[in-house]
Formats: sequence, C-alpha cells, structure tokens
Amino acid sequence: MNVIEVVRFAVAGLIANRLRSLLTMLGIIIGIAAVILLTALGNGAAQYIQGQITGLGANSITIIPRTAGGAAGSTSGASARPLTAEDAAAIADPQGAPDVAFVAPVVQTSADAASGRNTTSSTVVGSTPDYFPGSNTKIAAGRPYDRADLDEARKVALIGRTVADDVFGVNSTPLGQEILIDNVPFQVIGVLEARGQGGGLGNPDSNVLAPVTAVQSSLTGYGDLSQIVVGARSTDAQAAAESEINSILDRRHRIDNPDDRDYQVISSRQLAQVLDQTLSAFSLLLAAIAAISLVVGGIGITNIMLVSVTERTREIGIRKALGAPPSAILGQFLVESVILSVLGGLIGVAVGIGGTFIPLGDFKPVVLPSAVVLAVGVSIAIGVFFGGYPARRASRLRPIEALRRE
Amino acid sequence: MTEQDVPVLDVRAMSKVYGEGETAVHALREVDLLVRRGEYVAVIGQSGSGKSTLLNILGCLDAPTSGRYLLEGLDVADLDERQQSILRNRQIGFIFQSFNLIPRTTALANVELPLVYAGVSRRRRHERARAALELVGLGQREDHRPNELSGGQQQRVAVARALVTTPALLLADEPTGNLDSASTSDVLGLFDALHRAGRTIVLITHDDEVAERADRVVVVTDGVLTERTGTVAQQSSIRSRATT
Repeated sequence: MNVIEVVRFAVAGLIANRLRSLLTMLGIIIGIAAVILLTALGNGAAQYIQGQITGLGANSITIIPRTAGGAAGSTSGASARPLTAEDAAAIADPQGAPDVAFVAPVVQTSADAASGRNTTSSTVVGSTPDYFPGSNTKIAAGRPYDRADLDEARKVALIGRTVADDVFGVNSTPLGQEILIDNVPFQVIGVLEARGQGGGLGNPDSNVLAPVTAVQSSLTGYGDLSQIVVGARSTDAQAAAESEINSILDRRHRIDNPDDRDYQVISSRQLAQVLDQTLSAFSLLLAAIAAISLVVGGIGITNIMLVSVTERTREIGIRKALGAPPSAILGQFLVESVILSVLGGLIGVAVGIGGTFIPLGDFKPVVLPSAVVLAVGVSIAIGVFFGGYPARRASRLRPIEALRRE
Repeated sequence: MTEQDVPVLDVRAMSKVYGEGETAVHALREVDLLVRRGEYVAVIGQSGSGKSTLLNILGCLDAPTSGRYLLEGLDVADLDERQQSILRNRQIGFIFQSFNLIPRTTALANVELPLVYAGVSRRRRHERARAALELVGLGQREDHRPNELSGGQQQRVAVARALVTTPALLLADEPTGNLDSASTSDVLGLFDALHRAGRTIVLITHDDEVAERADRVVVVTDGVLTERTGTVAQQSSIRSRATT
C-alpha cells in the first residue's frame, strides 16, 4: 500500500463526485482569491498614495505661517510674526542649517490674468528658480525663469494649463505672447504641465509663476512672505533639515514652547508617515476580512468531507473488510481534502492574480508575493486541519458498523 | 503438529452479548467450532439465531465478548487494529449477500482492491485480478461497472475479489440470498469447484438446498451451535415432521 495508491483512490473519489468537489473548492477559491486581491488592493493603494506624496516634491519642506489661534492651546496669537525674507535668508545660511540644499521664498497673491477680451482669475506665485524642483513643478513647454530673470526682475511668467486655456484658448501654447496680470504686462515664457486638482493647496493649474522680484515690484510690494519652500540635501537629511529649520525659526521668532509656534513646517515625510499608518491599518482590515472568508471555506471542506464520509460509510466498511488498514482510510480522505484545498488554493491564486488586472480607478493593485505564498500555505493547512477530523472519523469506524449502514 | 494439522478456525467457548444488564441480548452462548483445512461448512439458522454474529466474528469484523478465537493458530484478540486489517486482507475472503462491490468502479478494479491493500505491484495485480475474473467466468467483463452487471455477475465478481488474495478461509454470508435460481446454481457451482480445489469455505444460509452441498452443517439456534449429523435430507424430514 503506497502513497500513489492512496492518491489514486482520493482522486477517484473526487472525480466520482465532480460537482460536489467543484463546489467545495469554490469556497477555497473565493477565500484565497480574496486574500490575494484584497492585499494587492491595499498594497496598490499604498503605492499609489506614496507616489502622490513624492509628486508633491521629494525632499521638499514647506514652511507656512500659522494663522492666529490655529493651534489648540495657542495663546500667543497676538504676537505671531509673519515669515520674512530675513527668515528665508537665515535658513539658507549653511552654518545654521547644513542639511538644507536650497531655499525658495514664495510670495503669493490672487490676480486677474487677461489677454485681449479674455480674463480669468489666477494665483500669482513669485519665487526663485529653486521653486521648480522644490514644488516638483514640471514645464510642458518653454523654459523656467532663471537667475538672470530674477536678478533683473524681468516680467516673465509661466502659466498653468487652466490659465492658458482660459486666456489663450484650449490647448494653446502662447509662448512669447503677452499676458496682463492685474493689468501689468508679463511675457509668457512657459506653460506648466497640467496637474489636476489635489496637487497641494489650491489648483496648481491656475497658477502664474514669475520671479519673486518682478512680482514684488509690480504687484505685491516688498512685504512678508506667503511661504518658504526648502529643499533638503537628500531624503535621509529631511528630518535633520526640519529640526534645523525649527531651531532657527524658534530663535528668530522667540518661541520657547513648540506648541506656540507661529509657523508650521510641512514635509512629504510627515505626510508619508501618517498615510503609512493609515494604510497599514487599512491593509490589516482587508486581510482580516479575507482571512474570515478563508476560514469559512475551510469549514466548507470539513462539512463536505463529513458528508462524504457519512455517505460512503458502507464503502469504508467494504474496504476495511477487504483489509484496508486505518492508515489507508485516513490517508484516502485526508488526501481528498488536501487535493480539494490545494487545487482550490492554486485556482484561487490564479483568479486573485487575474483579478488584479481589472482596472480600478486611478490605482493598480499590486500582488504581494508573500500573500501568494501565505495563501498557498494556508490552503494546504486548511486541507490537513479541516479534512483531518472527518478523515480520522472515517478511519476509526468499526468495520461491522460501517457495513451495516445502508 | 504439522502445518496441515493446524485448524483454520478454532473457536472455544465464545460468547457475544449485545447491551448490558436486563436488556442484554446473548447472540452467542459459549460456542465451540473447529474447521479444518479444505472443509466446506454450512451454518444454518433462522434470522436472529446468531449466525451472522458468528460470521462477523470469524471474519474479524467484530470482537467476541468472551472466549478464544484462533485463526490459523493465531489468537485474534492479541492483534491490534492494523494487524487485524492485515489478517482480513491475507487470510479471509468475504462474500456478502448484497455483493458489496465499490460503486462506479470497474470489475477489475474491484477485484484488485484487496491486492492494493496487500501492497502488490500494479502489474502483478492486473495479472492476478484477471486470472480470478477468468476463474469465475467474467474475463470478458472486467471493464464493466457494478451497475452494468446482473446480480449473479456481481456476486461472481465478489467471489473473484474474495479469491484473489488466495486466503486461507472463504466466508460467505447468504451469498445466494439476493440471486435468482439460475444465478444461485452458478455461484454454488463455483463454490463446489473451489471446494474441490481444496479451499476452506464457511457459508451462512437459511436455505437447506444451499446447505446440502456442504460437507458439514452446523445449526445455530438462539446462540447455540449444534452439529447436524446424518444427511441433510434426513434432517429436513425430521424437522418437517416436528413442525407439523
């Protein structure tokens, strides 16, 4: 009596009850496919969101003034200081902040953009050339303003897609044309890549980017800064750069208690951390749901195997009368359930992986190899564990009792 | 004592009681039975007399409540479940009233089954199973499933299955109970041939005509065995007189 014979009996038993075998497998197929698909969804969502965060500007840190009373328990609202050009200069000092690569002071204002009869409202963002890498802004056509434009306060502008569409016509590339920003003529030297809603505060597609010097001289005057965009030397240096910025600004703004800060440092790293925690909780939830469906599938196997043992009691009795040892009966039924669960598991893996190719909104599910290995392992375990009890019952039947059953 | 002298069956003071206390049913009461090699023994009795219980114990399908049972000189009570399954496989060939073939399985596979459990290689198994089917006259039907065979043919497959391991003992429980008269004489003819070939057969029946063919007839009445002496014909006449 060897293993091959046991497997042959098991296969014959399964084939004799094709429909039932298929339905039993269905439970496992759904369970395993659910595990793979749901973990792939969680993983895909995580990767998508990570991509979005790096899209905000890798290594970049944004400092914005905190509005008075914005923080809980803040009592120093009256003494809040705005961000100034001097703050930006202090952060740019390599002595105080060795992990900072560049600093881009930002002046921001709302203005009407017009050409001929067309007018649209836009947000003018005046900054330095470092703003482009710092905010991860990409140019679809033309060139960014450079150091010379900045130094000479040239009235040049890069316009967002929405501004270009509204003022110069849909999908136009008005390089070299003149655009009136609050009636001040600027020359269009570039068009920004469309980013769509959600790339940070406001809509980046209605931005007009110009050198900070030109914006201050013609539109806002030489006042406070709207924000400061800082680039860290590397992703690893981001945390260090953040704490350097905090200590410089705390000193300059005379702040003792971090809760009283009149500015806020926002970085993609912080966002990523928060989202990471949220996503892992989310993934855990999905995995738990999938695990429940696996257990249900396993119970289905026990149920069917018990039915099978009961239904074939007489056959078991005959086999015992012909000299089948308990181990052969145990083996036959155990192998039956293991075949059901493993075959179901493999089909489930195929279905699960196949399911990830169904397009789902913005992000693509990414299959976790560990989930596949785990799912197959679990399906084998289910076969042994949930099939073990009925198989033991079958092997322990007394031959005379088994034979008497009709 | 030579091998030839060891009785195939040696039952001493064997009892079987179902249940306990006042509701206890004594199916067998301290019975003794000795069957020697090559004997053809018929056990007859009314239903409920205990003859099936006796056969089940002889076939190691059930355990006696008390007493000793030696099969080929081996005390069955000393064997564990696995050893008993080996004993059933090697020493005993069963033939049941309801044939008990495995459904949806070909005649050949049914006959091969005991050889599978005996660990015989596939090729030897095929050869021996074919030979056994030839012997019972079903060589042409090896690929038929039980539901494609008549009752008599199914019983012949069952006989082939019982023979295929060349067991020391053939146990038949009402083998003709579900068969018409033509099939009955078919199967009984087979038993006669096996008997002539030197097989030891213990057959249970309630049919005197079937019992007639045996060397020896043992009557079971309320759990007690009595050897019937004289010819079956005489016994029948005595009994018919007693009943009138």
